[in-house]
Amino acid sequence: MAVRQINWFKFSSPATFYPLAGKLIPYFAVLAVVLTVIGLYLGFFVAPTDYKQGEGYRIIFIHVPAAWMSMFIYVVMAAYAGMGLVFNTRLSSLMATALAPTGALFTFLALWTGALWGKPMWGAWWVWDARLTSELILLFLYIGFMSLKAAIDDPRRAARASGLLAIIGVINVPIIYKSVEWWNTLHQGATIKSSGTSMETTMLTAMLMMSLAMWMYTIAVVLARVRCEILEAERDTEWVATELSKSP
Amino acid sequence: MNWGSAGEFFAMGGYAFYVWGSFGVTALFLLVEVVMVVHRKRTIVQRLGRRMRMQAEVKQ
Repeated sequence: MAVRQINWFKFSSPATFYPLAGKLIPYFAVLAVVLTVIGLYLGFFVAPTDYKQGEGYRIIFIHVPAAWMSMFIYVVMAAYAGMGLVFNTRLSSLMATALAPTGALFTFLALWTGALWGKPMWGAWWVWDARLTSELILLFLYIGFMSLKAAIDDPRRAARASGLLAIIGVINVPIIYKSVEWWNTLHQGATIKSSGTSMETTMLTAMLMMSLAMWMYTIAVVLARVRCEILEAERDTEWVATELSKSP
Repeated sequence: MNWGSAGEFFAMGGYAFYVWGSFGVTALFLLVEVVMVVHRKRTIVQRLGRRMRMQAEVKQ
């Protein structure tokens, strides 16, 4: 029987993944730059002025993608952490560790751009609204995950404890997502719903391009960071010694 | 085209501080993250390389 055998676990070995990640980074980096240029062009030169918010609405082109990324990255991070707990694969925990700082950064940027958008539109940098508060909790979850991992010396125990925290924290993601429906909030409702969107096409395209750009950026940066994590975790192995002798 | 002049573009209809504050800080932080990761990689390679050479000397 000619069943093609694909060894799915092959790339979960750090030694195989390390060079693969190195080869992939430039592609994602180039894509990130190209998509950013397209997204910024569409966002600033093609998308029209908003009839209510004037030019101030253009913050949406980074605010919404950054907020999406903050939630996506958390889910992906928790999934890797969960895989690490269940299958005890080394690479999964390293991936979770590599994702956390970028996720925290996007969470911060979502809050930052939100404050700069809230001030002119609502008259306040910050309000204790359900959407804003749950997003702030997300930032604390990322920080908690990183601190817990850093505080425990034994890497296996560190991965288990922080992995558990990541998984429990996932409950916050649907809360952020649904907060504008569940609570009466100052934050506006979802622009894109399953029933369609209330947005003008060029605005929507610009926002999606910026989101794709941030995805590509995240993949490139996280692959670069996981290579650092891999080197540190595997420093006593033969393959790292060979790898290091290649680059003086 | 939304803008009559470069000045109009940078003024962002009076929202310059908010719009450029958002885009500027985002661009800065993303660049800083890239620099930090590149720097970390270089430091690790140097440190592990030194460690390897030291261990090789001890063995001799």
